[in-house]
Amino acid sequence: MTDTATAAAATRTGELLGIDNLSVSFHTRRGVVKAVRNLNLNIREGETLALVGESGCGKSVTAHAITRLVPMPPGVIESGIIRFRGTDLLSLPEKEMRALRGSKISMIFQEPMTSLNPVFTVGAQIAEVFITHEKLGKKEAFARAAELLNLVKIPDPVKRAKSYPHQLSGGMRQRAMIAMALASPEPGLMIADEPTTALDVTIQAQILQLLSELKERVGMALLLITHDMGVVAETADRVAVMYAGRKVEDAPVVDLFANPRHPYTAGLLGCQCSAPSNRNAARLTSINGSVPDLLTLGEGCPFANRCDNVKDECMESFPDISKAGEEHEFRCHNPIPGPGASI
Amino acid sequence: MLKFILKRLVLLIPTLLGVITLVFFMIALAPGDPARVMLGERANAEQLAQLRSELGLDQPLSKQYLLYIGRVLRGDLGKSIVTQQKITDELSARLPATIELAITATIFASILGIVLGVAAARRRNSWVDYSTMTGSLVGVSMPVFWLALVLIMIFSVGLDLLPTGGRMDVRLYFKPITNYYLIDGIIMWFREGNSDYFVSALKHIILPTVALGTIPLAIIARTTRSNMLDVLNQDYVKTARAAGVPEGKVVFRYALRNALLPVITVIGIQFGMLLSGAILTETIFAWPGIGKWIYHSIGARDFPAVQGGILFISFFFVVINLVVDLLYSVINPRIRLK
Repeated sequence: MTDTATAAAATRTGELLGIDNLSVSFHTRRGVVKAVRNLNLNIREGETLALVGESGCGKSVTAHAITRLVPMPPGVIESGIIRFRGTDLLSLPEKEMRALRGSKISMIFQEPMTSLNPVFTVGAQIAEVFITHEKLGKKEAFARAAELLNLVKIPDPVKRAKSYPHQLSGGMRQRAMIAMALASPEPGLMIADEPTTALDVTIQAQILQLLSELKERVGMALLLITHDMGVVAETADRVAVMYAGRKVEDAPVVDLFANPRHPYTAGLLGCQCSAPSNRNAARLTSINGSVPDLLTLGEGCPFANRCDNVKDECMESFPDISKAGEEHEFRCHNPIPGPGASI
Repeated sequence: MLKFILKRLVLLIPTLLGVITLVFFMIALAPGDPARVMLGERANAEQLAQLRSELGLDQPLSKQYLLYIGRVLRGDLGKSIVTQQKITDELSARLPATIELAITATIFASILGIVLGVAAARRRNSWVDYSTMTGSLVGVSMPVFWLALVLIMIFSVGLDLLPTGGRMDVRLYFKPITNYYLIDGIIMWFREGNSDYFVSALKHIILPTVALGTIPLAIIARTTRSNMLDVLNQDYVKTARAAGVPEGKVVFRYALRNALLPVITVIGIQFGMLLSGAILTETIFAWPGIGKWIYHSIGARDFPAVQGGILFISFFFVVINLVVDLLYSVINPRIRLK
């Protein structure tokens, strides 16, 4: 079943990034941490895919695996294929991989306060990308950097290009990071690892707005890593939900919000202040229990210990993929019934 | 930037006053009567009293102190009891030798220390890391005088490769030009086409440099390693890697520049310590610098000389710290612009 599903995904037109059966572990002193297990994921050209889950569920590890920036050791990519426009990234020589990083696959991180180098000007850091990938001269690269700062709506871009990171606010730094990620002639995929988590709410909205706008304008795909369902609803085309290293559900955003099939997805949606169950409620709904230790995880469904729908078989095996529509997949032995279902 | 420098210069005044005060009382309150030392055991009371009044020792301590400050501010450190020369002249004649040695030792320690520190950090928990860190622990714990003697035993006595002491072969007579013998050697090389002077000066400075530079080397290697480890885990290093910047550039441009900020402070302090702490090394290698001179002045109970020497070295130390701070602000924009 898995094989047919991945084959279908691969042949589907317009695939930009395809991840098949990716497993990433960390070999620590306490044992082997299986951070990502048998992950399948695909992103089409120009699409926004939101990768959702709690801290430590493997979202960021997945992002780092795509750019091959997982620290090795202790990290080990146990299995899997990551295709970017048909090329397998995991078997690519380091030099060719480096040529992709920052030009066709770029990344922005959660902490704008620490993601820029404190001893270089913002402009110089953005210019570095042009110098690295397009072999531009310093002056020209710097001028291009200022143009990009203008594109991400930083006022007085020429002056700001000469500023050091500590002279900019958090929101401005995140804009500068976005500018840096755009510093490429043909960006294909931007990976945004919780880009708004460290910012306050009004700035969050501005940054998301900016990301969506730029995505349209440049025609790139966006892999948005977040734990905020509100952000997902506003920006994503499709959503993949991860839990303890496994992908548990994958659906277009409308489907997922309307008909979550996996109990964990339903739980995440139920935690939102705006969820129907929380309207006028004295307390917000929460998911009972806590995330299992990835060191001691067995073969069963990792969510079993917290799940309201748990059955005996949940403890023994991780379920296969079930389909709830053309693009809606989930893995659950005892899913929440879909609309019009007679289960 | 100018404002920053001015501010630092103003702050220098109380520091220097403090140094003068400390040096004055350290010597003034030390046991022993300078007049008695100078005139010897058989001097009579009249002679002693006369010398005391000449030296101002019959005045109350507070007045002596003020007079001393006044003299120091005018650049007068007094005369040596032993040679009857002005102490400022004695110091300036010996300063180049001390500075030359301190500079070579600092360069030796910094370059090797940074290279080893970066290598150890890049290959954490490998044999490079373990041997560097073990070596630096040994280096830090080794007494300078012992290391100096071992170096002489191996390279001078045993292998007969390098001289045991002095600044230049006595058979090579020349009139010093700058008094920095390495530079003089190069000048002579150009002027007369004879490299002997330079080679001899270089051979003489190698062992003292290694002896003097080993402790700073160990400290610099350890500091570089720990800072580099810290910086390599920073988000902005990840950003640079994610932007496709080549690894060498990431390490040596993006990471090292951040990691070196604290290291530069360490190097500056070590340089100051080398200037003042070269007493043992200079004495063992018969290096005619300020350290050796102070050593002999202490032996001869030459109070004004010891006082002047210590004061001079302390001044130097304070000024070098200022220079380091200014340098630090040049490479660290966060300090400069605040």
